[in-house]
Amino acid sequence: MKELPFEHHLLELEKKIDELKSLSKAHFIDLSQEIQTLTAKLEKSKAETYSNLTAWQTAQLARHPRRPLTLDYIAALTEDFLELHGGRQWPDDHSIVGGLARFQGEPVVVVGHQKGRDTKENIHRNFGMPHPEGYRKALRLMKLAEKFDRPILSFIDTPGAYPGMEAEERGQAEAIARNILEMSRIRVPIVVIVIGEGGSGGAVAIGAGDAVLMLEHAIYSVISPEGCASILWKDASKAEEAARALKLTARDLLDLQVIDEMITEPLGGAHRDPKTTSGDVSDAIGRHLERLRAMTSDELLRLRYDKYRRMGVYTEKVNGE
Amino acid sequence: MGWFTKTKESIVPTNLWTKCQKCEDAIYNKDLEKSLHVCPKCGYHFRLSVSARIGMLVDEGSWNEIDGHLRTADPLQFKALTSYSERVERAVDKSQALEAITTGLGNIDGRPAAIGVFNFAFMGGSMGSVVGEKIVRLVDRAIEESRPVLVVSCSGGARMDEGVLSLMQMVKTSQAFSRLSDVRLPFLSVLTDPTTGGVTASFSMLGDVVMAEPGALIGFAGPRVIEQTIKETLPEGFQRSEFLLATGVIDMIVRRSDLKATLCRLLDFFLPARAVKAISSEIPETADADAGAALTL
Ligand SMILES: [Zn+2]
Repeated sequence: MKELPFEHHLLELEKKIDELKSLSKAHFIDLSQEIQTLTAKLEKSKAETYSNLTAWQTAQLARHPRRPLTLDYIAALTEDFLELHGGRQWPDDHSIVGGLARFQGEPVVVVGHQKGRDTKENIHRNFGMPHPEGYRKALRLMKLAEKFDRPILSFIDTPGAYPGMEAEERGQAEAIARNILEMSRIRVPIVVIVIGEGGSGGAVAIGAGDAVLMLEHAIYSVISPEGCASILWKDASKAEEAARALKLTARDLLDLQVIDEMITEPLGGAHRDPKTTSGDVSDAIGRHLERLRAMTSDELLRLRYDKYRRMGVYTEKVNGE
Repeated sequence: MGWFTKTKESIVPTNLWTKCQKCEDAIYNKDLEKSLHVCPKCGYHFRLSVSARIGMLVDEGSWNEIDGHLRTADPLQFKALTSYSERVERAVDKSQALEAITTGLGNIDGRPAAIGVFNFAFMGGSMGSVVGEKIVRLVDRAIEESRPVLVVSCSGGARMDEGVLSLMQMVKTSQAFSRLSDVRLPFLSVLTDPTTGGVTASFSMLGDVVMAEPGALIGFAGPRVIEQTIKETLPEGFQRSEFLLATGVIDMIVRRSDLKATLCRLLDFFLPARAVKAISSEIPETADADAGAALTL
């Protein structure tokens, strides 16, 4: 099982508890006292570790190999998912998934970045890094949602748009730009959920919605900490410092008023209790959808415009100052 | 070239000559100015200052800068090797400008327009909150006064020092151009060397006509990032204007000497639009050709 450095002592404790449990079962001995002590210790240790995560540790959790992925959320949150592959572009991009589904009984269109669980899957999914055709597929699905008046759920989890030769040849920049522009005029509610990594323009390309929700240990940034470190520190190993400086955690984004809500994760992160996590995500989406559905399309578009119109911090100097 | 090398020491201090970065020919500065900073020998397009760009495109006496009073803030209290505020100060010194874009109203051969010109000398023309805000205000002003918009881009992309707020400028600017499109005012986008990252991945690729100067580096990812990703050297000319024309990413390549005339031809074609409406919160059903796309699904 893959683990992060700061998870190590927790996993050790968990292993020990499991050992005691099986020992007690196999030999019919009462170890409940010991188990209880260790469990208490584990809970305390967990609370300490996860309530004081650094930005860099958060980034590692956001990329945790066991973290639930878009298709996991689609499976947990929706019924009747029918994947639609056709971006009408060559080829089908497996790093973006989408289709029709029912959320809390109501038909919705879902789109999202899809990473892989292991190397083989990741190669198939291109590590969740779309080419232009992936974004164009997402846009086609969003337009389909608009045509049939269904809300859109968009799951964000990408290191970024793929920086490769074919991607450039097929107009990566234009594909992202086009999606952002079109999303600003789609006449149905768009709820965005940042579940893992919100990697720059590659995330925004399906992320410009009415409500942007973000899991507690997800990140959302203009550039990866590693990329920022190698450019501004001239040293990729300064990623930890860069992560802190970039203000990329859910709490930071809430402060900067870039997201609408942070969804708290179970202690230890979404991967330790996917069921509770998806339940909380479902509740949050439901709440926002209800609010957005009550609006007319015109209201929705006006508020969506105003939301992004306000973003940014600057000062206005009067003459002579 | 040989001649230049030999006489370099005696020539350079007088600042009369500039060496072409492509053919390495020495060009008399007066000639360079006359040729709009294009090498007379090989056609290399030197990077142009904002004032030179405005000078070559805008009618004398018609230029009115707007929103020049917007100043950079430091919302993240960002600090790398140096702090963001120090970097801004240095950029102001170096570029003699206050931010990475200058916006204003002016006439292009008698045609009123709203114009934005990026300044690469200011932090690589990067887009942060001020750049985003200035672009949106430019578009708002264009809509108010029924002017077409011209943006001459030259930018390395989103500004890291303002983190996710820079990223959000991509949305903020793109949606403004969506409104411009709704009222059928043309947006002419000129890409110059280099234009990459969050600027290409937002408004600058959304022009009704997207044109580039010859030989300009234009792309989403920078060439170094691509090379590191694919672990290969990129072929000569990859991501240059000519390549983008061949792949259908841009509409045309325009030499600097033809730029003003081309812009005029385009404006004369598009304006006046059939029905230019005043801005309203209502998005018209047939806002533009794209709106019809839903029917073809
Ligand atoms: Zn030359």
